[in-house]
Amino acid sequence: MGKTIDVMSLYPKDMNIYGDSGNVLTIRRRLELYGYEPRIHQYNQGDAWPDRVDLILGGGGQDTGQKKIIDDFFKRADLLRSLAADGTPMLMICGLYQLFGEYFETVDGTRLDGIGIIGAHTVGRDVRMIGNLVEHSEQFGDVIGYENHSGQTFLNEGVRPLGHVDQEGRGNNGEDHTEGARVNNVIGTYMHGSLLPKNPAISDFLITTAVTRRYGSFDTSDQTPEQAAELKRLDAVAANARKTAAARPR
Amino acid sequence: MSTNTSGENQSKPSQAPKASWNAFATPLIGKGVRWAARVTKHGGSAFPGKVVERIDPTFLARTLGQLPLGVVLVSGTNGKTTTTRMVASMLADLGLKVFTNPTGSNFTRGVVSALLTEVNLAGKLDADIAVLELDEAYAVHFVRQVKPRYALLLNVMRDQLDRFGEIDTTAKLLSHVAEATGGTVVLNREDPRIAALAAKAPAGTEVRYFGLDDGLKHYFPSDDDMATTVSVETGAGEGDSCGPRESESVLPADVTLTAVGDHQATFRMDDRDYSTAVRLEGVYNLYNAAAALAVVRAVQKDAQALGLPPAPTIRTGSLAARERAFADADADKLIAAVSRVTPAFGRGEIIDVNRSPVELLLVKNPMGFRLSLASFDPAGADTMIVINDEYADGRDMSWLWDVDFTSLRTSGVAMVSGVRAWDMALRLGYDQVPVAATDTDIESALTAFVNGNPGKPKHIYCTYTSMLKVRAALAQVANVADAGVGK
Repeated sequence: MGKTIDVMSLYPKDMNIYGDSGNVLTIRRRLELYGYEPRIHQYNQGDAWPDRVDLILGGGGQDTGQKKIIDDFFKRADLLRSLAADGTPMLMICGLYQLFGEYFETVDGTRLDGIGIIGAHTVGRDVRMIGNLVEHSEQFGDVIGYENHSGQTFLNEGVRPLGHVDQEGRGNNGEDHTEGARVNNVIGTYMHGSLLPKNPAISDFLITTAVTRRYGSFDTSDQTPEQAAELKRLDAVAANARKTAAARPR
Repeated sequence: MSTNTSGENQSKPSQAPKASWNAFATPLIGKGVRWAARVTKHGGSAFPGKVVERIDPTFLARTLGQLPLGVVLVSGTNGKTTTTRMVASMLADLGLKVFTNPTGSNFTRGVVSALLTEVNLAGKLDADIAVLELDEAYAVHFVRQVKPRYALLLNVMRDQLDRFGEIDTTAKLLSHVAEATGGTVVLNREDPRIAALAAKAPAGTEVRYFGLDDGLKHYFPSDDDMATTVSVETGAGEGDSCGPRESESVLPADVTLTAVGDHQATFRMDDRDYSTAVRLEGVYNLYNAAAALAVVRAVQKDAQALGLPPAPTIRTGSLAARERAFADADADKLIAAVSRVTPAFGRGEIIDVNRSPVELLLVKNPMGFRLSLASFDPAGADTMIVINDEYADGRDMSWLWDVDFTSLRTSGVAMVSGVRAWDMALRLGYDQVPVAATDTDIESALTAFVNGNPGKPKHIYCTYTSMLKVRAALAQVANVADAGVGK
């Protein structure tokens, strides 16, 4: 029996759109194929917080979804902040990326607080940034996905983006060529697609960080040769999917 | 509703727009452009519509305004084409002359183009009623020009979200249709975002529902159930306009689907169950039939209220005769009309290739894909999946991750194709579904697929543009019916 890793899917009921659940599936399957035993906790508002959380995945949502989770989210803010400060790997997409920032200013000027894990703020705009997107990241190489957001996010000075985009009119805010954010082991991004299946480098960063924090090191001693081969096969398919996606129109 | 009129000389609706000075020439010019476009193979089927919209902007409203029984508008994410075809086919079966737009032309310009082929040179449309399928965004555009007498609103699902943004936005688009409908709005009781549109119907407009028996609801998860298995409260969207929540379950449905079987369905109307054999494929199409029945009944109720003279006194073949026959059709006749509806393009159409029945299944969004997978047993058949990402398909591949493919684990998938074949293969890989071959070229993939295992039934799941390619490729080797809805 492999070593357990506790993975939390944050608000899957209301903050899960455009295939964000594909990220949870990818982490679960890859952990299995590395010889670990993933335990997935679906955390929705009002649920009990599990005893242990090694990795947190959060997605996007519609405005109505954000309204439904917001009270509970603030109740869990201190906990999330301490886990992030402690180095827990997290991936927050779209809506939860925005809520992990300092605040969100709507089109009519109303300010909604975020929980400030990521030094960034978001401004609501009428223009939507939609389309296939490739960004360049030092750590992960090219990150390939699909953005779809009307909020424009501005990083505070000194906050690292996840990557850079070549053109204006895309990424965090369409102006400064940044996309996403990276604070400690927390990744915020607008990339759907789903993100993790087509970007195994990010998946493996989240997995190895979670495993190392829990067990001191990442090893694949429990992995069978069949599992290793299947992982290799999946990554070859992902490489083809990446090549196609990068060449598609916006 | 309109006052009592009889015979052919019904007064035209008072709001019919004034024609411009050059309008007399529109049918001729439009037909000319259409002919030229056909001969030169330029401009596509909507091109004549584009020209006419430019030179005669009131053509659409003026032409449809002549119809004595008005316009039925069908919209929603899933099942528009099939349901439009059902409504049109049932009304025709019951004796009316019906105008409908062909498959794929579900935007205003497409309707104009279709009208141009049907009007005579005096600009008159030889039809009693129009049944029009409109894409959600174009429906809003359309109702600014033409006020439909009936609107049938099916559902809001995650489909082409990259185009409309969010599901609640799509629901808002459809609320404009409800607001513009003069006669009856027919709504899906089981889709909370659609049922909530009752509040948008103008005073004097009737609201009717089609619904599902409790025992069948598990076949039809709502969009909110897609993300998780936990059901979500009604009234998503604008909370204030939804009314009290308990109303959801007690809303009386005009037509309820109460039982389904293999090519078999039971509908409840006026507290009586009617069972019938159907030629439609897939459980979701049986629910679309309930929707079609509900709208046909709404049209019929208005026809009955017309106070037509008794049948023997009416000239055979006249509008009044058709209306009389339609108004007099009983529930059994309506059900018989349902039983005669045939599947539309890509909605369970079966083509015989190489002695194998090849079933073409159009998939456009997670819900539709899920329902198709649930409706067609993969055991004993070969499966092929073709995924494109052109504009009409939706550019974003995220939706594939909202579909559960584990039901294909045992049978596996013989071939994956399309522009995004590798995305699909990756998706199947993470669901541990074995994939025998992946080939982005649709023609070569299809050839290999249909030539494997002669005699074995085949299922091909395709997105919209890949369906067009698959049909074209199949047409080289088999007899493929015309894709249009027209006769």
